[in-house]
Amino acid sequence: MAIRSYTSRRELEQHSFPPAVTILVPLVAILLQALLPRPFPRLGVLELPLIVVVFFAVSRRNPVAGTLIGAVIGLLEDALTSNPIGVNGMAKSVIGYIAASISLQIDVDNITTRFLINFAFYLLNGALLFLVNRRLLGISDFHMEWGHQVLYAVINAVIAVPIFFLLDRAKRRD
Amino acid sequence: MESFFVRFKNVLVLVAVLLVQTIALAVQVRRPVESGAPDASQVRLIRLWVVSAVTPIERLVHAVGYNVRYGWSNYIDLRHTKQQNANLEKQIAQLRMEQAALAEDAMQGHRLQALLDFKEHYISSTVAAQVVGTSGSDLSHVIYIDKGSDDGLKPDMAVITPDGIVGKTRDVFGHTSQVLLISDQTSGAGVILETTRVSAIVHGSSTGRLEITNLTQDDRIKPGEKVISSGGDQIFPRGLPVGTIASVAPDPNNPPYTMIQLTPAANLTRLEEVLIITGTQTTLPAQAQKDLAAGAATAKAQEAAKAAAAAAAQSAAEAAASSAAQIVAERLPSLHDANAPVAADGAKPAPPGPPGGIVPKPLQAIHPDRFTPGATPPAADLTPGARTTVIETPPAPAGNTPPKTDTPKSEPNPN
Repeated sequence: MAIRSYTSRRELEQHSFPPAVTILVPLVAILLQALLPRPFPRLGVLELPLIVVVFFAVSRRNPVAGTLIGAVIGLLEDALTSNPIGVNGMAKSVIGYIAASISLQIDVDNITTRFLINFAFYLLNGALLFLVNRRLLGISDFHMEWGHQVLYAVINAVIAVPIFFLLDRAKRRD
Repeated sequence: MESFFVRFKNVLVLVAVLLVQTIALAVQVRRPVESGAPDASQVRLIRLWVVSAVTPIERLVHAVGYNVRYGWSNYIDLRHTKQQNANLEKQIAQLRMEQAALAEDAMQGHRLQALLDFKEHYISSTVAAQVVGTSGSDLSHVIYIDKGSDDGLKPDMAVITPDGIVGKTRDVFGHTSQVLLISDQTSGAGVILETTRVSAIVHGSSTGRLEITNLTQDDRIKPGEKVISSGGDQIFPRGLPVGTIASVAPDPNNPPYTMIQLTPAANLTRLEEVLIITGTQTTLPAQAQKDLAAGAATAKAQEAAKAAAAAAAQSAAEAAASSAAQIVAERLPSLHDANAPVAADGAKPAPPGPPGGIVPKPLQAIHPDRFTPGATPPAADLTPGARTTVIETPPAPAGNTPPKTDTPKSEPNPN
């Protein structure tokens, strides 16, 4: 059995969530993602499911849980698009895993950290989608405008900070 | 061995999850890739579950929003309705005129098409649907509508608005359908450039713009030119608006070709209601034929009205000319008979006789001389070489005594 000191971040700050929150929050995020761009087309740049994946992953601090949460949310997202199912699932699985892994090393309750990890994960999500589409699916004319992606990453990071604070209220310390 | 799995549990789970999804992707992707094709049955099932879970909530939210907006716009916010109605009536009148002008050409076109045995496809039936949701992804331009297979919808049916084409149905479920927008990068349609009549293929891009990338440099293609569907894709009927050319530039990725970007005719980001074309026919629909006949009748009525107006204008011009002659005749004092009887309505009747009137005889001369009319003897009475009798007029005496006419005095004959 692995021996940890009681000052370990995992031991001190690992959280869980009520089952209702675990199920409903991703569903609401996907629903809003599908509904909001219709009346407000500019909100199409938001990636609420990604923000939720990152939040649950860094809060649980468990790479396995992060991977599975990312996979499920990504697959649900894929089911509503015209893309093959698994494109977003793969990208968000990787992001869930990495987010949970780095949350063991850094303080993710800090506003600046939250902004930066959301910014970085948005760009990573774009890069993974690009790789899956270009390399795995062989769509040679799949393009991404990276200038726009950086701008969208900033917008998502700004939006993610208050969402994280809102979801913090549902946390339950183990 | 156990310690290996425990030690690398996290990574192994990640690898397993990625592997499963990679296999799933490999199963879904078909070669050659059919862009915009509906899913295979097993994938369709997964989508059906998610869509069935999500769309009822989307429908509910949409219904609430729609009813609130409907109630507001139809019962409360009626400030400009009267003005809008007047404007629409004017527009209808204008469109009727335009329709009448085009009806003859259209009928002639149909006759020529019939002669050439050309099969045109006309929209015969459509289903109206409300847009209830989107894919939620910037990389997948998809919308969901509230009509499905129960309403007669099938995959690969054209979806349009009155402004232009929108896309095509992709996955059709019982009460919901997924519509692949024309702006999606897996979407495509056959088009014709309206002015230059160049055929091309328009497709979407990752940024949601419409692009034509299969044309080489052509100086005739300029921004502002309209693009319509060609009907060659067997999905969109010929002649529907697709968009307008926004820019033409060399394609940096494919050097001999140009990158033509279009502004879509339909507002793809704010779709509320769409029409799904469920049937086409080679003959003009009955309603359209009726409209065309009405247009032709209006055109004939217009022509008749124009002819009547021209005849009326001609008679009015003639009347004006005759009345001008009458006015001139009245204003000339020598031609005016002051003693002519006045008609009951005050207008004097036109004098009988020649149009110029009767030339009055001169009054009798007070002091006749040789120039006085009637003083000169007839030519038959004159003798050649003889002197003409001259009537000498003496100077008029002072006083009121009437002048005395002298007896003609003959000259002594020298013989």
